[in-house]
Amino acid sequence: MLADKDRVFTNLYGQFDWTLKGAQARGDWDGTKDLILKGRDWLVNEVKNSGLRGRGGAGFPTGLKWSFMPKQSDRPCYLVVNADESEPGTCKDRDIIRNDPHKLVEGCLLAGAAMGATAGYIYIRGEFYNEALNLQAAIEQAYAAGFLGKNACGSGFDFDLYLHRGAGAYICGEEMGLLESLEGKPGKPRLKPPFPAGVGLFGCPSTVNNVETLAVVPTILRRGAPWFASFGRPKNEGTKVFCISGHVNKPCNVEEAMSIPLRELIETHAGGVRGGWDNLLAVIPGGSSMPVLSKSIADTILMDFDALRDAKSGLGTAAIVVMDKSTDIIKAFARIAKFYKHESCGQCTPCREGTGWMWRMLERIAKGDADISDIDLLQTVTTQIEGHTICAFGEGAAWPVQGLIRHFRPEMEKRIAERGARPMAAE
Amino acid sequence: MPKLTIDGREVEVPANTTVLQAAQQLGIEIPHFCYHQRLAIAGNCRMCLVEQEKAPKPIASCAQPVSDGMVVHTQSERAKKARHGVMEFLLINHPLDCPICDQGGECDLQDQAMAYGFDRSRYKEAKRAVKEKDFGPLVATAMTRCIHCTRCVRFLTDVAGVSELGMVNRGEDSEITTYVGMALGSELSANIIDLCPVGALTSKPYEFIARPWELRKTESVDVLDAVGSNIRIDSRGGAVLRVLPRLHEDINEEWISDKTRFALDGLKRNRLDRPYVRRNGKLHEVEWREAFAVIAERAAQVPGSRIAAIAGDLADCESMLALKELMKALGSANFDCRQDGAYADPRVRASYIFNTGIAGIEQADRCLLIGTNPKVEAPIINARLRKRWLAGGFKVGYVGPALDLTYPAQQIDMAGAAAFLKDAKAPMVIVGTSALRRKDGAAILAASRALVEPREGWNGFNVLQLAASRVGGLDLGFVPGQGGRDTAAILAGCEKGEIDILYLLDADEIDTTKLGKTFVIYQGHHGDSGARRADVILPGAAYTEKDATYVNTEGRVQLGRRAVFPPGDAREDWAIVRALSEALGKTLPYNNLRDVRAGLIAANPLFAHIDERVPAPWSAFGAAGSIDPAPFVYPVADFYRTDAISRASPTMAACAGAVAAKAIPARKSA
Repeated sequence: MLADKDRVFTNLYGQFDWTLKGAQARGDWDGTKDLILKGRDWLVNEVKNSGLRGRGGAGFPTGLKWSFMPKQSDRPCYLVVNADESEPGTCKDRDIIRNDPHKLVEGCLLAGAAMGATAGYIYIRGEFYNEALNLQAAIEQAYAAGFLGKNACGSGFDFDLYLHRGAGAYICGEEMGLLESLEGKPGKPRLKPPFPAGVGLFGCPSTVNNVETLAVVPTILRRGAPWFASFGRPKNEGTKVFCISGHVNKPCNVEEAMSIPLRELIETHAGGVRGGWDNLLAVIPGGSSMPVLSKSIADTILMDFDALRDAKSGLGTAAIVVMDKSTDIIKAFARIAKFYKHESCGQCTPCREGTGWMWRMLERIAKGDADISDIDLLQTVTTQIEGHTICAFGEGAAWPVQGLIRHFRPEMEKRIAERGARPMAAE
Repeated sequence: MPKLTIDGREVEVPANTTVLQAAQQLGIEIPHFCYHQRLAIAGNCRMCLVEQEKAPKPIASCAQPVSDGMVVHTQSERAKKARHGVMEFLLINHPLDCPICDQGGECDLQDQAMAYGFDRSRYKEAKRAVKEKDFGPLVATAMTRCIHCTRCVRFLTDVAGVSELGMVNRGEDSEITTYVGMALGSELSANIIDLCPVGALTSKPYEFIARPWELRKTESVDVLDAVGSNIRIDSRGGAVLRVLPRLHEDINEEWISDKTRFALDGLKRNRLDRPYVRRNGKLHEVEWREAFAVIAERAAQVPGSRIAAIAGDLADCESMLALKELMKALGSANFDCRQDGAYADPRVRASYIFNTGIAGIEQADRCLLIGTNPKVEAPIINARLRKRWLAGGFKVGYVGPALDLTYPAQQIDMAGAAAFLKDAKAPMVIVGTSALRRKDGAAILAASRALVEPREGWNGFNVLQLAASRVGGLDLGFVPGQGGRDTAAILAGCEKGEIDILYLLDADEIDTTKLGKTFVIYQGHHGDSGARRADVILPGAAYTEKDATYVNTEGRVQLGRRAVFPPGDAREDWAIVRALSEALGKTLPYNNLRDVRAGLIAANPLFAHIDERVPAPWSAFGAAGSIDPAPFVYPVADFYRTDAISRASPTMAACAGAVAAKAIPARKSA
């Protein structure tokens, strides 16, 4: 178990003061000027050495991403913060913004310094109303204290930070959709290339980072890369906020070391699975878009990027959704499929047409109103979507269905067979 | 230049070419729906996915720029599988109602489903249906068939410059619609019918009329403005059923205006199909012989100086030449092809043509419009101006009353014109007919000329003509001869009784109340204002019914071709003049079309240069004088009804009505 002294988020549960005063008492904004003065290269290298990988879901090495920003640019460069946390099961960024907003604000300043950005834009999910109020207050407190704006923290570096509220579309959490939305257009993801580091927000070089990624940066820089890298397995270093929900006794957000075994995580922090570990049916390890794991895998799996990838799933946002044996697993995934059908932007064909098809088939299979061959068809449809879309939404919609078929095909077949055995008159 | 390999064949293409374009250079066809070479890249249909070695996923070839050493497979299993998948997705919610769809037979979706689709459906769920939209009198919608390629949205936003279409809602509920559910308001709107790769947007006037394979296709040119857009006339039996654009990079690219496309139903109405003679105030149907005899009897009593002729806006060069020769044979110098009286100097060709050329607009860096509203006078040229503006580094100014163009333009007065064009490297002025029709037309022409003295390789002086016949008529010298009368003097002569016989060739835009007791011969195809006043009517052929030569505003000689025969007893126009000349005892030496065309070349060697833009020599024109400060009055008040054909068209009337009904405040230029 992660020792309290090693926690980054010391006010995750909001028991202390979230304002500047409280944050400074917990060590935020301490020596920020000196960190900035160590220069761009040092900042990027330190983050690289810490092994920090993006906490938004894809797990791209953060330092590497920052290094893509141009060293010299005749246009302004922007930091864009993705606070459009909408992945079902995920609620880590919400608590960070609500209870520890200064970690994010300071992280933005340091990241801005590391990539030579002139301004940062935080795109916050529309539903996070109270969180937006706190964050805006935190930004204003930082400005008032001279930590932001011209000559931020007295370092000679100018950096402005703006908060922008979204309107509650899941697709606006996709970085290219987010940029479009931030520019005032419908949130329909752009094509890549060009990548944001070349042509991003308003056509200028930009980097999009997740809230948690940036919020851990100040602590990493203060305590040093080796400290952060001492947690977790190689290439999966650091601490991470896990969001545990579903059929557990005490759903919670908890910061833990990476590579912690799933079972230990659930039993230590979430009070265990409802009705005991043996009552476990399945676990979604990384938010609704990651493939589900069966109990046999969940017994031993480690919670990090590589272990979950090897289990044909992913860490995603580390939102753990626990399902016990009372769950109608097919219906649960039909609901998830409906979510993706509802949230598809409709721009490109496979996702627009395929998500609705998958949802309708799953609804039928959940009722047993299907043929066994429909399961194979469903599998084919997922592969026809996956990898053929403009953005990663296609994968996000296809993977949960693939996970379902991979681990629960017998259940689906049984449902169909049972329905077939019932006489028609019983309708 | 990057070198890449596509399907085992190497090709070297300029950087920032896309994979799809590189494949096209090799003759490798990659299926696509949303990609269109003249529109912005969207990359949303995913039909053009191909496999790139070392790439984790298939790439959208329409959007992917080439890079050196790239290896692409368009026929690999992965590429084929991706295509099959996309095709299936496109079809699951498509109604597959091809038998009742107007696009059938010329549908991209149909063709590509044949090539890349399955032969049966695996989709068992309910299909999507989309509520019908009203896009106005021209575009019929069946939005259930829409595949969301957004070509129509991109066309209207980028090319036509009106942000009136967009996609609303999300996911499978996405719909293309006008933002406020109103009819489209662009002179180019119907091009989205051609762009739509499926049957979602089809032609309303042509709805359920014909199948493409029943149609005879004739390549011709448009005469409803002076642009000379290249068109294809589709006809069946004796009827022209539709007009489509034909590719011409230097003129209309592949767009045409809504009038060019839809005025054709005017060709079936109000037609003159028999010769008529007025007796006791009423027109009576007669035989050709009798009509000629009446004219001959009258002409025998009148000296040439009391005979006059006016050629209208739709007249072709052949008939103008024949009529001019006939007038000369009769001893008359009173003929004019400028029924609006616009000033032109027929001796200096550069004074009345669009010297820069339509394609040349793309080289200009500043443009001044003098007394012209190209949005309604020549929508195709306006689209080119907008294209140039979109490319950046282009400023437009205009002299005249406030204009709502599809690009920002600055209103200035004549005094500020020189300052506006001062530092430009390639300045152009476009002088409109509203400036030249005024008494000070010659002075305005001279002042405009002084603004853009040509420099090496660049002539920025342009006149935007309105009439398809005008440049041809001036080239042929269909202007008053020695001591002859121009249009205004002819009309004054008629009023005062100094002109006894007036020959109107397709001339409908003159004030017929001024004709007094003059004996009026009207030759033309529509019973418009000219025919109503006529004493003898000689039924001619409309532009779709004759092989004829026209010269567009650029001075480009183009050939129109006959798609159908003229109705009833109507004949090709030059042949009518030729037959009349025989009845008058002044037989013209034109026994067939070849003779007339040879006559054209003899009259002006430029007529030998078909579809070429011959640079006009530069010399002095116009006349010094003061310019009246009174504001210009733009000549086209109603874009949809400018000539005898469009005035007879119910579709054009419906368009004009829709525009009038669309009572929204003037849109600000984007």
